[in-house]
Amino acid sequence: MTSVATPTLVKGARAARSTIALKLLMAVSGLVFIGYLLLHMYGNLKVFAGHDAFNEYAHHLRTFGEPMLPYTGLLWIIRLVLIVALVAHVASFVALAARASKARTQKYAVKKNIASTLSSRTMRWGGVALFIFVVWHLIHFTIGKVNPAGGPTNDPYNLMVDSFSLWWMTVIYLLALVALGLHLHHGTWSALQTLGLTGNARARARAKRLGVVIAVLIAGGFALVPLSVLFGLVD
Amino acid sequence: MTDSHSEFSSDVDSHADAPTIDPDLIDDAVDYFIPGEPLVDTKAPSGPIADRWSTRKFEAKLVNPANRRKLSIIIVGTGLAGASAAATLGEAGYNVKSFCYQDSPRRAHSIAAQGGINAAKNYKEDGDSVHRLFYDTVKGGDYRSRESNVYRLAEVSTNIIDQCVAQGVPFAREYGGLLDNRSFGGVQVSRTFYARGQTGQQLLIGAYQALERQVAAGTVTTYARHEMLEVIVADDSSGQRRARGIIARDMVTGEVQTHLADVVVLASGGYGNVFYLSTNAMGCNVTAAWRAHRKGAYMANPCYTQIHPTCIPVSGSHQSKLTLMSESLRNDGRIWVPKRKEDCAKDPREIPEEDRDYYLERIYPSFGNLVPRDIASRAAKYQCDDGRGVGPEVDGVRRGVYLDFADAIARLGRDAVEAKYGNLFDMYARITGEDPYEVPMRIYPAVHYVMGGLWVDYDLQSTIPGLFVTGEANFSDHGANRLGASALMQGLADGYFVLPHTIRDYLADGPFEKIDESHPAVVEARTSVEERINHFLTVNGTRSVDSYHRELGNIMWEYCGMERTEDGLKKAIDLIRTLKDDFYRNVKVLGTADSLNQSLEKAGRVADFLELGELMCIDALNRRESCGGHFRAESQTEDGEALRHDDAFAYVAAWEWGGEGEKPILHKEDLVYTAIEMKQRSYK
Amino acid sequence: MKLTLKIWRQPNAASTGAMHTYELDGVSPDMSFLEMLDVLNEDLNAKGEEPIAFDSDCREGICGMCGLMINGQAHGPEVTTTCQLHMRSFEDGDEIVIEPWRADAFPVLKDLCVDRGAFDRIIQQGGYISVNTGSAPEAHSIQVPKDAADRAFDVATCIGCGACVAACPNGSASLFMGAKITHLGELPQGQAERDSRVVNMVGQHDHEGFGGCTNIGECTAACPKEIPLDVISQLNRDLRTALRHGH
Ligand SMILES: Cc1cc2nc3c(=O)[nH]c(=O)nc-3n(C[C@H](O)[C@H](O)[C@H](O)COP(=O)(O)OP(=O)(O)OC[C@H]3O[C@@H](n4cnc5c(N)ncnc54)[C@H](O)[C@@H]3O)c2cc1C
Ligand code: HEM
Ligand code: SF4
Ligand code: FES
Repeated sequence: MTSVATPTLVKGARAARSTIALKLLMAVSGLVFIGYLLLHMYGNLKVFAGHDAFNEYAHHLRTFGEPMLPYTGLLWIIRLVLIVALVAHVASFVALAARASKARTQKYAVKKNIASTLSSRTMRWGGVALFIFVVWHLIHFTIGKVNPAGGPTNDPYNLMVDSFSLWWMTVIYLLALVALGLHLHHGTWSALQTLGLTGNARARARAKRLGVVIAVLIAGGFALVPLSVLFGLVD
Repeated sequence: MTDSHSEFSSDVDSHADAPTIDPDLIDDAVDYFIPGEPLVDTKAPSGPIADRWSTRKFEAKLVNPANRRKLSIIIVGTGLAGASAAATLGEAGYNVKSFCYQDSPRRAHSIAAQGGINAAKNYKEDGDSVHRLFYDTVKGGDYRSRESNVYRLAEVSTNIIDQCVAQGVPFAREYGGLLDNRSFGGVQVSRTFYARGQTGQQLLIGAYQALERQVAAGTVTTYARHEMLEVIVADDSSGQRRARGIIARDMVTGEVQTHLADVVVLASGGYGNVFYLSTNAMGCNVTAAWRAHRKGAYMANPCYTQIHPTCIPVSGSHQSKLTLMSESLRNDGRIWVPKRKEDCAKDPREIPEEDRDYYLERIYPSFGNLVPRDIASRAAKYQCDDGRGVGPEVDGVRRGVYLDFADAIARLGRDAVEAKYGNLFDMYARITGEDPYEVPMRIYPAVHYVMGGLWVDYDLQSTIPGLFVTGEANFSDHGANRLGASALMQGLADGYFVLPHTIRDYLADGPFEKIDESHPAVVEARTSVEERINHFLTVNGTRSVDSYHRELGNIMWEYCGMERTEDGLKKAIDLIRTLKDDFYRNVKVLGTADSLNQSLEKAGRVADFLELGELMCIDALNRRESCGGHFRAESQTEDGEALRHDDAFAYVAAWEWGGEGEKPILHKEDLVYTAIEMKQRSYK
Repeated sequence: MKLTLKIWRQPNAASTGAMHTYELDGVSPDMSFLEMLDVLNEDLNAKGEEPIAFDSDCREGICGMCGLMINGQAHGPEVTTTCQLHMRSFEDGDEIVIEPWRADAFPVLKDLCVDRGAFDRIIQQGGYISVNTGSAPEAHSIQVPKDAADRAFDVATCIGCGACVAACPNGSASLFMGAKITHLGELPQGQAERDSRVVNMVGQHDHEGFGGCTNIGECTAACPKEIPLDVISQLNRDLRTALRHGH
C-alpha cells in the first residue's frame, strides 16, 4: 500500500563509483581550468606591451619546446588536457545535476535560501552559459577565426582589437566574464572543500577569500583587454 | 519448571514471628486490595554479596553457539536498556527482533539524559569502590531496593565505561587525554562520567550504532514505528506457560502483526507520563508493561516516583511537556517567593529584599538551597499552595518560585555566571522568552523518573516465565528513590552485561515447542487488540484523548504527586474510576485503523495510564510511610521530614492484576539487608 | 495572536497531497510551535476533522524526531529544532506555510511525517566502531587528546533530524554523514575501519537517492546543532584517502 521502495543495503560499494568521486573529478578539472585561465590571462595582458610583443607571444606559444616538440606541440598538449578536463567537468556536471534533480522531485511550495551565495546557486546555469561561450569563443578566435569587423584574421593582435572595438562584442565578453567570476567565486572554495582541504573554520574562511581573489583576478584581468580596446586605450 | 505462581511464591513463616506492627499503619488500603502470598526471589544466589553475580553467571546454563540462530528474542524498546541488549544478543548470534515506537531506534528517551553516568572506576583515587557505589545506591534508594541487584549493578558499572569508550562515545576528557569525572547528585566522590550536558544522547548513539551494526550483520531486525499492544502468553502441550511473542501495530499502515519468539524482553522505559506533564517524551507510555501486568506480570512499587525540583514551570493550559534544568543551578541561585500574596503578580525586581521569603534558607539553615530533591520540591509546592507562587496563573494558581542569580552575578560577575550556566540560561530564555540575567528564573518541580516498574527476579525475569524486563521498566535497583546518574548505568548494565547472561539460562531449554498464529493464546491476544482499536474508533464521543490524559494528570499530580494523604488518595481513586468510565464511553478518536493515526495511538496509551494511575494510588495508600520519593503527609517527623517505617514496610509491594474491575492482589517481597545496615536520613 | 496556517495534508504515502488553509485564533506567544499545532488539532478534532499528523517525541531538542519546513526554512526561523521554536518568533496575523521535509529518500508517510529510515541504513553501513560487548579494553588504555575528543563530541551532537537534507537544494545528506565520519575518525578507536566506513556509508547514501553536495551551505545554516561544513571536507578527504588506498 505504500509507495516506499523496499530498502536494501548496497554491497561492495566502491569509492570510485561515488558521488564524491564525481565531485573530485569536477574539482580537479575545474582547477585545471583555473590554471589555464591564469596562463591565458597573462597572454592577453601582453596586449598592453604592444602589437609586436603580443604577436610574438602568440608565436612563441606555438614554437615553445621546438625541436623537442613539433610546431604548436605545447598548444596541442594544453588543448588535449583542456578537452579531457572539459569532458570530465561536463560529464560529472550532467551526472550530478541529474542526481540532484531526482533527489527532490516534489518541490517545496515555499523555500528560502539562508546561507547560499548567488554564485553557489548559479553554478549550473552559469556553467552552461560558460560552455556556450567557450564554444563560441573557440569558433571566434581559434577554429573559425571570424573577424566580425571584417578585418584580417591572421594577425592575432589586430583580430582582437578589431573584435573588441565593436560594442556588442565587448558586451558579450563582459557578460561571460561576469558568469566566469561568479563561477570561480564559488568554484574555487568548492574545489578546495571537495578536495578535503578545508577541515576547519579558518581554512574555510581562507578558501572563501581565495575564491573572491581568483574571481576578481581572472574576471578582472580578462576584462581589462576589451575595456581598454573599447575606450581606445589600446588600438 | 513449574507454573509461574508457585515458582515465585512460597510460604515464608518469618512473617509469623515478625514484631507486632501498629495496625493503623497498615490498614489504609485494606478495602482496595486482596492480600496475596509473599513473594521470594528464587534466583538470587546466596553467599558473600561480592560473589553472588559470579556465582550466578557460572551457574547459568550455556547455549551452544550453533543453536543460537534458532533461538529468537523479541526486545521491545531501543533505549539504553533495549538497544544494548539487542546489540549484545545479536553479537552472540541469537535471532533478535527489536521494536520501538519512534521512527528510529536512536530516538528513545534515554537520549534526553543530561547529567552523566556513574561507575566505580575510582579514577580520582578519592575512596570510591564497588562497595561504596553499592552503599550509596542502597542508601539513596532509602533502603527499599534489593541489595544483591544493587551490588551487581555497582560491580558491572566499570565494564560499561570500557565498552562505551571502545565504541567511540565521546566522554569528557582532561588535558592529558584521560577521562574526566565529576561528582553528581550530592555524593562525595567523583564517579560520574559525562559528555557535556548530553551524556544520554552519546551513550544511546553508541548503543544504537552497535545495534545497527547487527542489523547489517543480519542478526537483528528492527521494527521502528511499531507499537507493542499485547504480549502473548501461551501454554505448551505440557501446560507450561511462557511469554512467546507480542502483538504489535505497524503505526504507518495500521497492520496488526503477530511476532512470535522464544523469549520476550521489555525495555520499554518509564511511565512518568501518567502525570501528563513530565520531563518524559511525548510517547513514553506504560502500555507494554501494563499489558504484561494484565497477563500476569506483577507490578512492583508503582507509586515510587521521582520529582525533580528545577524544571521550567507550566506556562499555560497548552503545555505539552516540561523541561528539566540541571540541578547545579541551585549551587548559586537563591530560591524565594514574595512574602505577601499581593506581590505575586509584580515584577520581581521591584519587590524589595525585606518582602522576599527565601524559604529554604529560612527552614533549612544548614543546607539552604541545596536540600535534597524531594524536600526542595515539596517546599515549593507548599509556597504555591499557600498562594505565594509566581509566574502566569494557570487554572487560577501560580505555580512557580524564583531562582534568583542577582546575588551570584553581583558576587561573581556576569561573565563567571555565564561561563558556568550559559547554556542553561540560553535554554531557559528560548523557552520562556525571559532573560535570566535580568529577571529571576522561575522554576517548579516536575515528574522525572519512576522507580516502580514490573517486578523481576535476580535474572530480570518477571513473574511470567520467558518475559524479562530491563531498564526503567523494571523496579529492581533504585528502591524508593534514584540517585543521579544511575539510571543510565542501570540501563546499560542490564542490557550489555546482565540480561545476556541470565537470558541464556532460560534459552538453554529452548527452542520451545513451536506455536503458530492459530494457537488460542495468539488468537485471543490478537482479537483483544483488534477489539480495543475498534472500540476507540467507534465510540465517537465528544472529548479528545488529550483532554482525558490532561485530567488524569491533574488528578495524579494533585493527589499522588509530591505529597500524598489518605483522603487525597481515596478521592483520587474515585475520580480516576469515574474518568475511566467516561473515557470508554465518550472519547472521540477520528481517522481510521489502517493508517497512521496518532489519536488512536494515544487512546491506547491513556487507557492503560488510567488503570495504572489507580494502582499507583492504591500502592501509595497502602504504604503509610514516607520513603525516598514517596511522601505520606501522615508519616513525617515534627520538622516535616520523611519518616520511614521499616517494621511495617521494608518490602517490595508486588501487585498482581486481579481481573477487570477486580481488586489487585498484593504480594510482599521482604527486603533483607546482610551487607548494609538501615538508617534514617536527616537534613536539618 | 491570530494566524493563517497553510499546511500540507496527505492521507498516506501512496496518495498525492495538497496544501490546506486553517485559521487559528488565541495563540499564545509562550506556546511552542508544536503546542500551537496541538491546539489546532484539538480544534480540528472537535470539528470532526482528522487531526494533522506530525512527528515529535522529546520536545526538548534532542531526539531529532520533530522537523517541519516552516515558511521555507527547515525548523523555522531560529537555529533550533521545531519543538524548541516558540510562537514569539511570529507575529499576530502572520501566514505560516508548513510542509514536510521533502526528499525522495524521505518519503512522506502522512501529512507532515516522513520516513527517515535511510539515515539508519547509512549508519548500518559502517557508522560504528566494531567492538563486541565484553571485548573492550580498560577505558584508560585509550588516550584521546583533548582537542580530538572535543571535536569528536562537537560533531557527535547530530540528532539525525534530517534538516540538512531538507534544506539542501541537492537533497544531499553529506552533513549528516560527515558528522558521523568526523566523530569516529577523530578517535583512535575509529581508525581501523576508517576507509571502509566512508566508502560504504557514501555508497548507501548514493543508493538511497540523496544528491551530491555542491558545498552550498544551506545544510549547516539549517542544522539545529550547528554542525559545521568542516565535516563535509573531512568526509571528502576520507573518501579521497580511501580511493588512494584502493577501496
Ligand atoms: C530529562 C531527563 C534527564 C535524565 N537525566 C539522567 C541522567 O543524567 N542520568 C541518569 O542516569 N538518568 C537520567 N535520566 C533517566 C534515564 O534517562 C532513563 O531512566 C533511562 O534512560 C531509561 O532507559 P530505558 O532504556 O529503560 O528506556 P527509554 O530510553 O525510555 O526507552 C524506551 C523504549 O521503549 C520503546 N517503547 C516503549 N513503549 C513501547 C511500546 N508499547 N511498543 C514499542 N516500543 C515501545 C520506545 O520506543 C523506546 O525505544 C533522565 C531522564 C530524563 C527524562
Ligand atoms: C572556464 C571554464 C570553467 C572553469 C574555470 C570552471 C571552474 C570550476 C571549478 C573550480 C569548480 C569547482 C569544483 C567543485 O565544486 O569541487 C567548478 C564547478 C562546477 N562547474 Fe565549472 N568551470 C568552468 C566551466 C564550466 C562549464 C563549461 C560548466 C558546465 C557546462 C561548468 C559547470 C560546473 C558546475 C555545475 C560545477 C559544480 C558546482 C559546485 O560544485 O558547486 N563549469 N567549475
Ligand atoms: S547534521 Fe544537523 S541538520 Fe543534519 S541531521 Fe544532523 S543535526 Fe539534523
Ligand atoms: S521532538 Fe525531540 S528534537 Fe524535537
